[in-house]
This record gives sequence, structure tokens and C-alpha cells, in this order.
Amino acid sequence: MSARKGQKRVLLQGNEAIVEGALAAGCRFFAGYPITPASEIAELLSMRLPLAGGTFIQMEDEIASIGAVIGASLAGVKSMTATSGPGFSLMQENLGFACMAEVPCVIVNVMRGGPSTGLPTNPSQGDVMQARWGTHGDHPVIVLSVSTVQDCFEITILAFNLSEKYRVPVIILSDAVVAHTREVFTFPHAREIQIVDRALPSMPPEWYIPYEDSPSGVPPMAPFGEGYRYHVTGLVHDVRGFPTQRPEEIKALINRLFRKITQGFHEIQKVQRFMLDDADVSVIAYGSVSRAARQAVKEARREGVRAGLLQLITLFPFPRSSVESVLKQCRGVVVPEMNVGQISREVKRVNRWECKVEKYNRVDGRLITPKQIRQLIFKLGT
Amino acid sequence: MSQGVTKLIHKYLRHDKKFPHVWCPGCGNGIVLGALIRAIDRIGLEKDEIVLASGIDCSGRMPVYVDFNTLHTTHGRALTFATGIKLAKPSLTVIAIMGDGDATAIGGNHFIHAARRNLNLTAIIINNQIYGMTGGQSSPTTPYGSYATTAPYGLIEHAFSIAELAVTAGAPFVARGTVYHVETLEDLVKKAILKRGFAVVEVISNCHVQYGRRNNMGDPVTMMKWMRDHAIRVEKASSMSIDDMEGKFTIGVLADVEKPIYTEEYQKIREGAIKRRPAGGPGHG
Repeated sequence: MSARKGQKRVLLQGNEAIVEGALAAGCRFFAGYPITPASEIAELLSMRLPLAGGTFIQMEDEIASIGAVIGASLAGVKSMTATSGPGFSLMQENLGFACMAEVPCVIVNVMRGGPSTGLPTNPSQGDVMQARWGTHGDHPVIVLSVSTVQDCFEITILAFNLSEKYRVPVIILSDAVVAHTREVFTFPHAREIQIVDRALPSMPPEWYIPYEDSPSGVPPMAPFGEGYRYHVTGLVHDVRGFPTQRPEEIKALINRLFRKITQGFHEIQKVQRFMLDDADVSVIAYGSVSRAARQAVKEARREGVRAGLLQLITLFPFPRSSVESVLKQCRGVVVPEMNVGQISREVKRVNRWECKVEKYNRVDGRLITPKQIRQLIFKLGT
Repeated sequence: MSQGVTKLIHKYLRHDKKFPHVWCPGCGNGIVLGALIRAIDRIGLEKDEIVLASGIDCSGRMPVYVDFNTLHTTHGRALTFATGIKLAKPSLTVIAIMGDGDATAIGGNHFIHAARRNLNLTAIIINNQIYGMTGGQSSPTTPYGSYATTAPYGLIEHAFSIAELAVTAGAPFVARGTVYHVETLEDLVKKAILKRGFAVVEVISNCHVQYGRRNNMGDPVTMMKWMRDHAIRVEKASSMSIDDMEGKFTIGVLADVEKPIYTEEYQKIREGAIKRRPAGGPGHG
């Protein structure tokens, strides 16, 4: 983005840009626990949030961090936490609570190599499926990925907006390279930033039915302490929020939780198309790998191969229609990932055409290079 | 009198909630709920000002029945959610209700850190010395040698003393009561809510169904009598010898000190930070 008059240009790392995005989105509460490579987000917010009238707290672990985040959100404050793989594992329990009780919140997972303590300072994309299915039970969730410092700012705002609009936790998957790379970043004008706030009840308290269905499937959310006294639980509940075991009420709740997301596919499923219009061979990538992929596509074009890139911003709900149009159009698709193959499975799952889907994986803690992707493009393009 | 008390309780119950409740006949949870409601009524708090948060266990169902802002969290985590609510809206009176396994096993880490951190929260822990809801497994407060469904040969672990744990962890207000000493309990809960700082009330309660039945106390009256005979008021305990206190426990206020409150300290940070705002630091124009 080129800077226009009056716009502020700074050198930021990805973690810092996430902080700027969160503050711009209206985040005023952060609870977290130290972990590499996410700690800068907590450190910076510990300085910035009090200046914005918000609150930062360092909790005793990641379980407590997301618990506090959910509590603050229930009281009406936009809230966030940030962690890496081991901490993300600990958050899964309460992440499910946020899905079930429909509490907006944003969880940043700066991925590092795993499993277990893994590779704390090396990048990875190993938590893709955990982000989608980490907590138990069928649940809706939104997972976004970031690849640049600019992304970190913009996608964090998008994460808050989607979380508020759909009353669902939104997970941002970053990685150690995006988190720590410094790039020039241009602050957009405040008026250019679109902010979405959760819908508040417009009816008087005695008419408020906290989990009532509607065409959108997203009930308005009353903050605690403003006259709308209601019950919030992780148990399956009826429209009033009270526990239920009635089959028709259970079914209605679970179906609504999914329907509210399905109905929003058009604005939730974000991708970036690069040189795809006439592409013959394409790369489907996300996160820092998509940067190498973009370079590889440019180089392949120079060598005469009609290559393109579909960069996934939204990983889940899986942007199926965008992926399908690429599969339909191309002879071959490369899916490079810094894991043993997670999104490539999704791509293969939706492939109903003659398109050859090749996965390419690195799990040695090193980045995938443009050269490696270019070689695969050539292989599929000849 | 009893009619007046019942009417007072009804004022705070959710009439649209399907009663009866889930608790067994003779359960101490109802006594704790009654004491809590009377304490809130005597203090004169509005329903809108109160958040009642619970974890997972029999006591976890308590918030369903009362007409406050109510929250039924995950197992052991009530204090973490309560922390977020209190920080976001310090004007609310936030009360966490937990069980012994909930607060000191799975939630033990949150409990000691909440005590250390000192937000202005009230934590009521109903200690019935067993996992009741899941069927009588041993908890961190099940006495040594007792029987439980997971200790069929007798328990070989040693019990936590919850109130003493809270004192050691730094809670500025700690009290212990029982469901037998009803008026004392109400008074302790009232003091805890009024306390400016993290206030803990451990309530010794009876689970005759899951604990008593396996340990020669299979009915609520026997368990209540045990409480009557083993509870010593702290004032009296101070003049008793260690030998006389063997097998007994204290009730009353165990600790009551003043400590800076987190939310008030944080407000000072906010005000100070704005004054000392670093000039060259990153900022969103």
C-alpha cells in the first residue's frame, strides 16, 4: 500500500501489527500467558491497553486466559488472547464454551513447530486442523490466516468484525516468520476502517429471549449488568439459555449454530486471486507460504507457464467454491504447506475434476522457497 | 418467620425455570443458596448488579435457579470467567460458586492465583468432600482413609484444607462455615460480599448420598451432627491445645486484612500511563 498524504508509515513486525489491528477494531481487553513466538502481542498490549482505557491481564495459564477473555466479552468488551501451539491446546476447552454460548472473541495462534513443545522459534502450519476441530463436539468456528504485516492489521480487524457479527470465536493463524518479520506498514485513515459491533437487544428485558432464532440465526447479545438478566451455560440450552435434554431443542440449537455461519459464507470466506484468470497450473497456499508461492508464480509466468495463485485468507469455513473454480479450470494444483498435509486434504476432498492435486510439505522448521514451488509448477505444467 | 424467609427467597428465584432442582433430598446446596440470597437481600444489592458464576458440579447448577446475571462455566474455571467480568465491569458484584473438586483439583491453579491477585471477588466453595455429581469419586478434600468409588480400599492421599490454603495463597478475607451453622453462614457470606478484595468462604456441606453412605454417615442428620460436633469457633479454638483440636476444624473468620485491590491499582496505571505516555513509541494516529 502506498502512503497518501497524512497517512502514517511505520516499520512493524507482524505481532505488532496484530496489536494495532486489535486496537483499531475496538479490542479493549487482553488476557494471556507468555509463549514464544506470540509474547510480543501481550507485551505491547500491556503498554497500550491502559492508554486506551482498556485492560490487560497476565493470567496463570492459557486456560485462565481464554476464560477471562470470555468473561470480559460477556460483560460487553471486545476481547482477545494470543498464544502458540502448546497454549492453543490448553485453550480448546473454553474455546468450545465460546462456540456453545456464542461469545465473541479473537484467538491468535502464532504457530510454531509441533507436536508438543516442538520448535518454539521456527515457523510451522501444523495447527490448521486443530484450529478447525481442536475442541470437542461439532462446532462452528472461523479460522483466518495472515501472510504479511499489512494482513496482520487488516485480518485482525476482520476477525473482530466477524466474531462480533456472528457471535463466534475467530482464530487467527499466524506463524513465527510473519510474527517477527518487519515490514513497512501504512496505517489506513480511521474513516477507512469498517468496524462491526455485536447487535444489542432492542427490546425491553422482559421480552428478551437470549438464544431465540431469527432469520440471521444470530441473537442479539445483552452485556451482563444492564438489566437483561439471563443464563449463560456450556450445556446444551433452550432459547432462554437454560439446560435442556429435549431432542427438538438440542437439534434446533446445534443446527442454528451451523446455519448462522453457513448463511454468512459469502462474506466469511475470503481469498485472494493472483494471476488466476487464464491460469493452467495453480498454487493454493496460505500464510507465509503464499508469499513464496506468489514469487514462484511470477517466475513461472516469465518462463512461459500460465501459473496462478489462490491465496486462502479464510481457512474455515473452507472456501470451497473458490477452490472448486480453480480445480475446474486448471490441469494441476500445487498445495505447499509447512506441515505434513492439512489443507491439501481439503483441496483433494472437493476435487471432482481431472485436475491433478500435488501436495508439497516441509516439516523441518524451514520455509518453503519460491524455487521449490516453481519446480512443482513446471512439473504439473508440462 | 419461616413464611417470611420463604417469600424472601422466592423474590430471587427464577419462576420460569423448570423446578424441581437437580439436588438430592437433604443436600446442603439449598442451605448455601438460602444463605447467599439472604445475605444479598440484607446488603440490599440489586439483582442487576450481581453476577453468579459457577463451575461444573452439583453447585454448578445453582445459577440456573436465581434471577441474577448467571453464568455456568467449564469445570474449575469459574474464577477465570469471573476475573474477566470483574475487570471489564468493576461495578458488578461478582460471586463465584464452586465445589471442592471444582475449586481445588481442576481449578486449583486458578484458585490460588485469584487469591494472590486480589480482585474484588467473592468465592464460595461448597466442600462436601467428594465428587457428588459424577458418582462419589474421591476429591482433594476427601479425608485420609475414607471410602469413595475410586478409593474402594480406602483413600491413601491427604486432604487439602481449603480455607487455610486460601490464607496461605494470600486471600485477604477467608472464612469457614457449615450448613449446620446456618445463621453464622449467612453472616460470613455477607461479610465476604462486603469485603473489598478477594473473599473466600469455605462451606462444609453434606453429601450423604455419595460420601456419607460409604463412610457410616448415610443420612443428612448424621452428617449435620458430625458438623455440630467437630466445628470449633475460631475464637474458642485459639485457647485450645493442638491435642484438643485433633480431628476438629475451625469456623468463623480466619483472615481479614487489607490489601490493594487489582481493579483500583489498574485504574491508577491507566491514569499514570496517560500522563507518562512514551513520546516515540508506536501509536495509532
